Amino acid sequence: MMTILRKPVLLLAVILFMAGCTAVTEIGTQIGTGSGLISEQEGESLKRVSNAAIKSFEDITPEQEYYIGRAVAASILQTYPVLENDAANEYLNLLGQTLAMASDRPETFGGYHFLLLDSDEINAFAAPGGLVLVTRGMVACCRNEDELAAVLAHEIGHVQNKDGLRAIKKSRWTSLAAIGLEEGMRNLGNEDLQAVAEQFSGCIDDIAQTLVVNGYARSQEVEADASAVLILGNVGYNPAALAGMLGEMDQRWDPKGPGFARTHPSPSDRLGKVQALLTGTAETAQPAVRAARFQGAVGGI
Amino acid sequence: MRILRRVWPLLLPLLAVAALAASQMMSVQVRSGQLRSKPSFLGQVQGSVAYGDRLEVLDSRGPWLQVKGEAGQGWIHSSALSEKKIALKSGDKDAATGASGDELALAGKGFNDEVEAEYRAGNPKLDYGWVDRMEKFKVDAAAAQRFLKEGGVQ
Repeated sequence: MMTILRKPVLLLAVILFMAGCTAVTEIGTQIGTGSGLISEQEGESLKRVSNAAIKSFEDITPEQEYYIGRAVAASILQTYPVLENDAANEYLNLLGQTLAMASDRPETFGGYHFLLLDSDEINAFAAPGGLVLVTRGMVACCRNEDELAAVLAHEIGHVQNKDGLRAIKKSRWTSLAAIGLEEGMRNLGNEDLQAVAEQFSGCIDDIAQTLVVNGYARSQEVEADASAVLILGNVGYNPAALAGMLGEMDQRWDPKGPGFARTHPSPSDRLGKVQALLTGTAETAQPAVRAARFQGAVGGI
Repeated sequence: MRILRRVWPLLLPLLAVAALAASQMMSVQVRSGQLRSKPSFLGQVQGSVAYGDRLEVLDSRGPWLQVKGEAGQGWIHSSALSEKKIALKSGDKDAATGASGDELALAGKGFNDEVEAEYRAGNPKLDYGWVDRMEKFKVDAAAAQRFLKEGGVQ
C-alpha cells in the first residue's frame, strides 16, 4: 500500500509546487518592477506593450466605456427633450432591468438605466455601457408590455454586442497612440489632457453620427434582434412580441421620415429575419395585470 | 499499470484544484459588484466588491463564478469580472507594478473623469444633468423579481 501511494503523492507534491511557482513568479515580477529590479530596458518594453494596447474598441476598459456612454447620452439629450414622467420612467427601468439581468452582459461599469424622450419620432438609442433612450413615438409602436420589452431587449443587444464602441473610427486609436500615452504613468499634463479630450470628442462624434444619422450595419441590427429574441425568452416574455412590434412599426413607417427610418432597415426586412428565429411561436393574450400596468404607466404618454 | 489506473481518478480532482489555484485570479470590472449566496441574481448579497478588486475563482456554474476575496466569498456574474489586471489610475502604484503589459488595463490612460471634465468645458450645451439623473434610477434584483411575478411573467 505504501509503495502504491508514494508515487502519486510525489507527483501531487510536484504539481502543487509548480502551481505555487506560477504564483510566486507573478508576485516576484510585481515586487521586481516596484523595487526597480527590472531594468530600464525591460521597463521601456513594458511601456511599449501597454502603449500598443489601445488599438481597437476591444481594449477600451469598462470604465472608459462608461465615460463614452455618458457623453453619447449627453449629446443625444442635447437634441431630444426628456419625457419628465416619473411613473413611466420607473416602469421603463423595472422592465429594462429585468431584461438586462437575463442578457449575456447583465453587469456593466455603471449599470443599465432607461429614459423616455419626449418626441413623436420613432427612435431608440443605446449608448455604450447601458444608457438606453426611447422616444414616445417608439413606445406608441408597442401595443403591450411584451412588445415594449422587445424594443428594450433589442437595445440591450446593442450594448451587449458593444456596437456603439465598434462605430469608433480606427484613426482615433492611432491618434491616441501618437499622443504618447507612456506619459500616462503619471497624471496627464495639460497639453496631453487636451489632446486626449480631443480624441474623446472624436469618438463621441463617431458614435452619435452612427446612432442618429447613419445607423449600424444591417448585420448588427439582425444580431441585436437575435439577442432580443434570446433575452425575451430567458425572462419569460414571448419572443414573438418582437415580430408583433415590427409589424405595428411597419404600419407607422415612413421610409422618408426621421429617426429609425434613416438608421434602421425597414421593419418588414427585419420581420423576415426575426420570424425565421421564432419557429412558430405566436403572440399570446396578456394577463390582465400586465396589460393594466402597461396602460397605466405608458398608455397615456 | 493497474495501480496507476486506480489512483488517477483520485488524483484528477486534486490536479484540477492545483490548476485553479495557480491561474484563476480575476479583477472586478464594474464600479460596484455583489457577492451572492447562489449563482443567480436571486441569491442573497453576502458582500460587495469594487472596481479593480482582485478575486480568486473557486468554481463556476454557467456564466456565474464562485469567488473569494477580501470581502468574503460568494457568486458573481462573469460579466462583472475581467482576466486583465486593472490599474485604477495613471500614476497609481498598481499601474507601475503590473506583471506584464498584457495584463494591464489602461484605466488611467484613456477616458476618465478628468477627460470628461475637459470635454464638458469645451461643449457647455451637453445635457449631463439628465445623464446624472438617469443613473440614479436603480432597480435591485428583488424589485425586478417582484415586477416579473406581479406581471405573471415566467
